[in-house]
Amino acid sequence: MKSQEKDSRFHGNLYNYILGIADNSLILAQRLGELCGHGPSLETDIAITNISLDLLGQTRSYYQYAAKLAGEDKTEDDIAFLRIEREYKNVLLVEQPNTHFGHVMARQFLFDVYHLMLMERLQNSQDETLVAIAKKGIKEVSYHKRFSSDWVKRLGDGTDESNQKMQEAINDLWRYTDELFDETEADKAMIDEGIGIAVSEMKETYYEKVSEILEEATLEIPERKYFTRGGKKGVHTEHMGYILADLQYMQRTYPNMTW
Amino acid sequence: MENNKKNWPLWEIFVRSKNGLEHRHFGSLHAADAEMAMENARDVYTRRNEGVSIWVVESKNITASNPKDNGEMFEPAQDKIYRHPTFYDLPDDVKHM
Repeated sequence: MKSQEKDSRFHGNLYNYILGIADNSLILAQRLGELCGHGPSLETDIAITNISLDLLGQTRSYYQYAAKLAGEDKTEDDIAFLRIEREYKNVLLVEQPNTHFGHVMARQFLFDVYHLMLMERLQNSQDETLVAIAKKGIKEVSYHKRFSSDWVKRLGDGTDESNQKMQEAINDLWRYTDELFDETEADKAMIDEGIGIAVSEMKETYYEKVSEILEEATLEIPERKYFTRGGKKGVHTEHMGYILADLQYMQRTYPNMTW
Repeated sequence: MENNKKNWPLWEIFVRSKNGLEHRHFGSLHAADAEMAMENARDVYTRRNEGVSIWVVESKNITASNPKDNGEMFEPAQDKIYRHPTFYDLPDDVKHM
């Protein structure tokens, strides 16, 4: 293979690999952002928005890096706002709608445990930029996990009603967890390069960590039997279109607008 | 606050903004327990890099002086200027007094 061809394939895979990580943060940030001003208390409202902004900040670092790889004057905004639904590679878990606060915390918890494990491993990547982003992000993500785990325990081990609601939320979202550990073509290519993280190898540890907290929260650990997947391949749930409509409205309506 | 059971208790938040400085009262917030108060304080009061250390204490544990007693509490100190160390001649070598 010509070295030029090999180069461009490498860049393409790296680009897709970065988006695979970043899109999770963007869509979850957007979901949490929807709650701004709607938190159950002033304190939790600020906490949720803080987490949203942390994730958005991480997304920007990833997209800036991806835009540089893409060349052709591409910017982070192009990547965030001008793709169609199929081109977003976030997992189904993060696009699930906000319902009640317990449900939001359950979604956050199931993602945070995974996210922290990923950041820990990404610090040993062969790619300097990804290492730098992970080193900065890991402190934020550690706090997210602490916050969401606390709420899962608090509500799980709270009143009968809060326990029931938290159990239902975990049961409802459980089906989206297995997808976190799927490896795409870009994942595999980047794992071979020593850049990507073999997420499939994180799976058992993830379920152990999650189960530990669920037990502490006096919640039942659902069966690992029925799972839904597709986001990593761009096949999303019916909620995704609405998120993008919100997210992209300004750029679609007033192309190239800036603040 | 028996009639107010549904609200989380109030906590007073003290933040030290730099090592070497003292903790200062920053404000108050609601939380179910100390752990939550700590997390809420972190999110509400230190999100713009205001602090390196946080203390939280439930407001009910603070005993405050009663404004009604201000006369007997504070006024007697007003005319005791001799309690300020301002009647000494300081040697020139002593600075920062």
